[in-house]
Amino acid sequence: MSMKTSTRQVDGVTIVDCSGRITLGEGSVVLKDTVRELLSKGQKKILLNLGDVTYIDSSGIGELVSAFTTVRNQGGELKLLNLTKKVHDLLQITKLYTVFDVKDDETAAVKSFN
Amino acid sequence: MTEHRVSYTLDSTLETVESAERSASELATEIGFDEDQVMQISMAVREAAINAVLHGNAYDPGKKVSLDFETTARDMIITIRDQGPGLDVSKIPDPLAPENLLKTSGRGIFLIRSFMDEVHIHPSKTGTEIKLVKHVGGPPAGGKEASQ
Repeated sequence: MSMKTSTRQVDGVTIVDCSGRITLGEGSVVLKDTVRELLSKGQKKILLNLGDVTYIDSSGIGELVSAFTTVRNQGGELKLLNLTKKVHDLLQITKLYTVFDVKDDETAAVKSFN
Repeated sequence: MTEHRVSYTLDSTLETVESAERSASELATEIGFDEDQVMQISMAVREAAINAVLHGNAYDPGKKVSLDFETTARDMIITIRDQGPGLDVSKIPDPLAPENLLKTSGRGIFLIRSFMDEVHIHPSKTGTEIKLVKHVGGPPAGGKEASQ
């Protein structure tokens, strides 16, 4: 299953609901394009909901890092929400769990931006 | 003793990456690895295939990727070869070093070593061969036996 995203606004925060696989090729491109489009519209508080992401490879990890630094460099914030065990474990072994601000409650995550 | 061996010669395309991952997942499941181990094996094979297609052969339509699956009573062994210029492992920076944490690439070999029980990398001027071994019923992976 390829990656799909849909966005919604909650209290000034853009929540991006992601599903499928963030992998080399289409999945990474979808994530990149989504974040780029949000930034172009001035939406710089971004919460990536990865609850329905089934798989991430090294390219997908790289794209998450790229999204994180791109948003931060433009004065925004990008946080992660609802990691599956697989994604959680991947971020742990790559030591990225401490780099990303990871949340497991959407309401609290939205409030944390303000 | 080799119980089963199957070999593929594949194009340097993204489809090869997907196909390698899918085949690894199916075979690992058939052998009886648990869900986490199947994920580890399929991801390691995917990363090795990405290295071969993208970094080794650079999507060159004239270059092929060979993929061998071998199963014995003790091991699942996957060998992936490309026809690239040869991977210089010494030039791959440590992705866990603080200065590299925010790099957007360079984690593939690290993930392979993390997920498999043995990793043997043999670069040459005519390509790179990566042999991945997962012990059947063996200790959890963590790259403890990893070698080059």
